[in-house]
Amino acid sequence: MSDRATSDPAVSDAADAEDVILRLEGVSKVYSGTVALKQTNFEIRRGAVNVLVGENGAGKSTMMKIIAGVESQTTGRILLEGNAVRFDSPSDSMRAGIGMVFQELNLFGNLSVAENIFANREIVKNGRIDHAEQERRAGELMARLQTNVDPRANIEDLMIGQQQLVEIAKAMARDARILIMDEPTSALSAPEVEILFRVIADLKAKGVAIVYISHRLEELLRIGDYITVLRDGRVTGSQAMKNVDLHWIVRQMIGSDAKDFSTAGAHEFGPEVFRAEDICLPRVTGGFAVDHVSLNVRAGEILGVYGLMGAGRSEFLECVIGRHAHSLGRVYVEGRLVRERDVGGRIARGLALIPEDRQRDGLVSVLSVAENLTLASLRKLAIFFHIHIPAAAEARAVRREVADLSIKVADPSLPVSSLSGGNQQKIVIGKALLTQPKVLLMDEPSRGIDIGAKGDVFRIMRELAAEGLGIVFVTSDLDEVLALSDRIAVMSRGRLTALFDRSEASGARIVAASALGHEVQAVVSAREVHS
Amino acid sequence: MTAAAAPTRTAFSAKGSLTLTLMRLRTFIALFAVLLFFAFAAPNFLSAANLVLMSKHVALNAFLAIGMTFVIITGGIDLSVGSIVGLCGMVAGGLILHGLDLDFGYTIFFNIPEIILITMALGMLIGLINGLLITKLNVAPFIATLGTLYVARGAALLLSDGATFPNLEGNPAFGTTGYAFLGAGHLLYLPVAIWALVVIALVAAYLARWTPLGRHIFAVGGNERAAALSGVAVNKVKLFVYMFSGFCAAIVGLIVSSELMAAHPATGETFELNAIAAAVLGGTSMSGGRGTISGTVIGAFVIGILSDGLVMMGVSSFWQMVIKGVVIIAAVVVDQAQRKLQQRVALQQIAQAA
Repeated sequence: MSDRATSDPAVSDAADAEDVILRLEGVSKVYSGTVALKQTNFEIRRGAVNVLVGENGAGKSTMMKIIAGVESQTTGRILLEGNAVRFDSPSDSMRAGIGMVFQELNLFGNLSVAENIFANREIVKNGRIDHAEQERRAGELMARLQTNVDPRANIEDLMIGQQQLVEIAKAMARDARILIMDEPTSALSAPEVEILFRVIADLKAKGVAIVYISHRLEELLRIGDYITVLRDGRVTGSQAMKNVDLHWIVRQMIGSDAKDFSTAGAHEFGPEVFRAEDICLPRVTGGFAVDHVSLNVRAGEILGVYGLMGAGRSEFLECVIGRHAHSLGRVYVEGRLVRERDVGGRIARGLALIPEDRQRDGLVSVLSVAENLTLASLRKLAIFFHIHIPAAAEARAVRREVADLSIKVADPSLPVSSLSGGNQQKIVIGKALLTQPKVLLMDEPSRGIDIGAKGDVFRIMRELAAEGLGIVFVTSDLDEVLALSDRIAVMSRGRLTALFDRSEASGARIVAASALGHEVQAVVSAREVHS
Repeated sequence: MTAAAAPTRTAFSAKGSLTLTLMRLRTFIALFAVLLFFAFAAPNFLSAANLVLMSKHVALNAFLAIGMTFVIITGGIDLSVGSIVGLCGMVAGGLILHGLDLDFGYTIFFNIPEIILITMALGMLIGLINGLLITKLNVAPFIATLGTLYVARGAALLLSDGATFPNLEGNPAFGTTGYAFLGAGHLLYLPVAIWALVVIALVAAYLARWTPLGRHIFAVGGNERAAALSGVAVNKVKLFVYMFSGFCAAIVGLIVSSELMAAHPATGETFELNAIAAAVLGGTSMSGGRGTISGTVIGAFVIGILSDGLVMMGVSSFWQMVIKGVVIIAAVVVDQAQRKLQQRVALQQIAQAA
């Protein structure tokens, strides 16, 4: 791999034009309310590793979904070998020779490895599926990936790293001309990553165009030939890899233009309101999703927790709120140990969680706006031994939150699903606030909402902090964590890898800390594999 | 902004909302339709005696359907209620006739109020077992309650070796007389069973509408994860609904055996299906989160009146089954159509507001 630069085809502009197999021109993608991609251009070259980087939410996945035919662009065109094409479905894109390794594994857990690899392209002989042939070919692919996974094994019995290899094998089996890999190494151990890189080199030599998406910058520098950086739906840089270094990538990723963050009001912090000690969450597959994390927050302080996907941030918050019965460690609120193990008990002690996934964990979509708002605080509202909910008191509480959080809703008895994403998020926040928490745990509070609503959410966070709440918020957005936090904690692979004061934090230091531990972990799992 | 939007909304949705209102009131409309139809088609249908008799028939199914409604709203199902009816009737009958035989030569006889309490507790106990299987042992509700369906029915048959406990008149010496009051007694011109239904229905409706527990039942069925993260004790809520369903079934077991003054171990077979049908007819969503007690009671009346009316018309029981099935399917089809229309109207309103 070290001879990457020399083995490349010439990188002169003239040669370039021929090498481009697929080109996006001025592609935009608008979802209701939010613009995910703005006038982006992207070129995919034959026989090369085309790297795509950007923070979470920068638009990488949207772009890949457009190429893979999962979504279609709002404006702009896709040129395949110079001809405009349109992919209306994944099968269109597959026919054009595009294969994709998805980040969230798209495998059927109840089927075998071979059946997964040939799903929807079964090898048929005499009107029946030729299982022997499928298993033979699957075995060949597994051998190419130098793993001894049995083609007849069920997917759900495999380790997550092995599943990822099957996902890769599935894409390889399609003999794609363009192979998109979205975070293919996120669950692989170091030796498996080496094997994958060898396979990529092999495919490259055969002229396959590879699109490689990863957060691991060192990895990109090693195997990439061309790099494109996305930020906030725009392409901020596009270069041959040999012309760039780590600093350039980070600079393009972070950028300098400010987003709409309300400015920090100067207020004194109170005494410590929240402390977590040695929070651990063991993983079923071994190791820890949250690995001995200790943190504290003072009244009025906003602690930002930054990390890549899978760093264990959400799991940490879930441990604190009592979601995982088998988590270990101690939680203190206002200096007193929280002995309650259940969510209800912890809410009563002054903890409240705003979950990352509104639809899945935050809202009951069949209930009304009002019923969602008061769901967590019904016992507080109810009178006569907590039996009767007085309608007037409930309506008053709902009106107060709707006004305080400026939720745009005509009638609180409407179903909550009729609101926009930003207003739904405010409902989830309002629900937490009605429990009168002392500590607010916010998981990606600005995810999937438009700019205006983001600004509102940030303003609300500031106001709450000024009122003396302790806030722990998790984000994957560097700008956000830098602008909002009084202190910044960085997590990687379940561990707390750094804790910065606002004054000493910088984008580069945070990114560096968020990648820590990946190498260590790789070595450890390599050892486990060999022993 | 609200003031400006209001007139356009009413003007626009006049047509859509008429259909929508009709669809929302479909259970009422169905009730009036069957009442009206049989008033003309069946002789003596509207006589007071017949109406009271029909209400007594309906009440049995309505009890079960009310319990079933809460279970279905949490996203579960309770197939065991019919068997609980049978077992509870047998236990009550056995206690009246033979008392509780202690193996060392003594037999305890309970008086009627005690027997009623014991039987209700038994129903709740079976519900508790259902709930524990579902929450602690992660058995799917369908399977857990299917299992208790067989176990309870088997136990009912074992109690008497398949025979009927006849003549539950009781013995004045043991204070076991007066059992007939439940099934045949009257208070203020109406049967006791009807009053019991009124009380249970009002309590259930109050529970659903005005208590934290009721709200939690809907939340668990609407989104169990979100409910859990909001501090709702999901397992306790589920235990409650299965216990309440068992309690309702025990009441039916008591009333049936009291009406007949005999307990037969096969009593209540397929009652669970009628209860599910009434709940669904009343607008309870099998996917959880939606349903009302009033809808369920009306649904039970529609089914009950339909079958009684058809009997009075002399329609064969085979055709009755076909008609009942068609009505249930039609109800769900209309329910789905209403959801779709409602969604479309809501989207159009949003588009117009924008």
